[in-house]
Amino acid sequence: MSDVTIPPSDSLAVLEKQRSTAETFGIPLAVLLEITHRCPLQCPYCSNPVELDRSAKELTTAEWKKVLTELAEIGVLQVHFSGGEPTARKDLVELVKHASDVGLYTNLITSAVLLTRERLSDLADAGLCHVQISFQGIEEGLADRVGGYKGGHRKKLEVARWTRELDLPLTVNAVMHRQNLHQLPDMIQMALDLDADRLEVANVQYYGWALKNRAALMPTVAQLDKCTRTVVEARERLKGRLTIDYVVPDYYALRPKKCMGGWGRQFFNISPAGKVLPCHAAESITGLDFESVRSNHSIAWIWQNSEAFNRYRGTGWMKEPCKSCEFREIDFGGCRCQAFALTGDAANTDPACALSPLHETIFKQAEAEAGGETSRFLYRNFAGGTLESGNDA
Amino acid sequence: MAGPRHISVSEASRPVLPRHAKLKYDETRQVWVILAPERVLAPDEIAVEVLQLCDGKRSVGDVADQLAAKYAAPREAILTDVIAMLQDLADKGFLTEIREKTS
Repeated sequence: MSDVTIPPSDSLAVLEKQRSTAETFGIPLAVLLEITHRCPLQCPYCSNPVELDRSAKELTTAEWKKVLTELAEIGVLQVHFSGGEPTARKDLVELVKHASDVGLYTNLITSAVLLTRERLSDLADAGLCHVQISFQGIEEGLADRVGGYKGGHRKKLEVARWTRELDLPLTVNAVMHRQNLHQLPDMIQMALDLDADRLEVANVQYYGWALKNRAALMPTVAQLDKCTRTVVEARERLKGRLTIDYVVPDYYALRPKKCMGGWGRQFFNISPAGKVLPCHAAESITGLDFESVRSNHSIAWIWQNSEAFNRYRGTGWMKEPCKSCEFREIDFGGCRCQAFALTGDAANTDPACALSPLHETIFKQAEAEAGGETSRFLYRNFAGGTLESGNDA
Repeated sequence: MAGPRHISVSEASRPVLPRHAKLKYDETRQVWVILAPERVLAPDEIAVEVLQLCDGKRSVGDVADQLAAKYAAPREAILTDVIAMLQDLADKGFLTEIREKTS
């Protein structure tokens, strides 16, 4: 299999995922493992589905180990341990150790609030390669309110320091929205002060929980423009010191994002219960049946052959305006989950695209919400959400 | 601890890949890769050879000596290319270096 090509002129090309998999649907380079949906935080923009997997449904330690071995065998190079809060699993050290033993590069995506220094040290000894800690703001008033967890911000700062003391590389994940975008310049400084190597400035994506909270989170166009200028300036200033990845909300774009690099082209994730999914929000699309690692099929078979992965692969499923659009193989019609959430049909054009008949309406609605008074959150939990008390209009 | 930031690669530098950048042969795709946070780089043959020599003990000058001898090629040209490649990697945040203690 020669699905990785290297341009001869560049001795250090970044392997673009589409190049590795585009035509052949070769196995993705990296896989997201959502090992639990349990989490002490209650962020109103959580990327988990609204219907969370309860702990009784979670894969066992032995099942996750089998998954890790299989992923390494079929050519996956990196795994991201995520959740929920992955440190809520008592067997995390054991799983990281196993992943390292089978040759996988391991990344921990964590809220950090459950970690002790000893456990972090055990994770480092188990071979953990990289730690990503999410921050909800730059000071505990706002940050703890967004996370719905008192003392969380202080704990995150402490764990970030331990991470660097243990010589583990650190990425600060800054999830941004209308209520904290004004803190972005200080967030960049905080990442520097914490000696992070990378900063992800990720504007909230509006599916699932975030869609329920859209009116409280959607930034204004002016805020977003300022955010982009801040990131561009900081990237230039901090070149070689801090890598900044930037994710913009697509509501204000004219062209939709190439979500997941195209459905079933370069990404899959595994849910706590073992479902193999084309996107971490895919279970929000009703009428699709997702295969599990508990089935009789191999992960490679599920990736190549399952109905859910093939349903929106390529361009054959498209309707107009995507079908005859010159950009159809550039953005693949945007995000299927967003199309489903906003139009009721995942095969419709993502309304983030200016060619969608719904684009104008949705843009106007987002703009109105961004300028509105609502700041109260619906917190994420297993009970279907709890409305914030004492805040708001 | 990891080396200092803002690495400027010179003939005297003794670079090494940091913990979060792992050079590995990918059996499935039959290609060398550098695994890094949220990135997979594909170094070419020469880059792989250089990185295999960068152990934190050899200087960049030593590496150029070795490659010049092996390929019977002009040392200065090799040195220029090696420094350029390593500086590129350093700018991406995937290189560290061992320095003498100064205090």
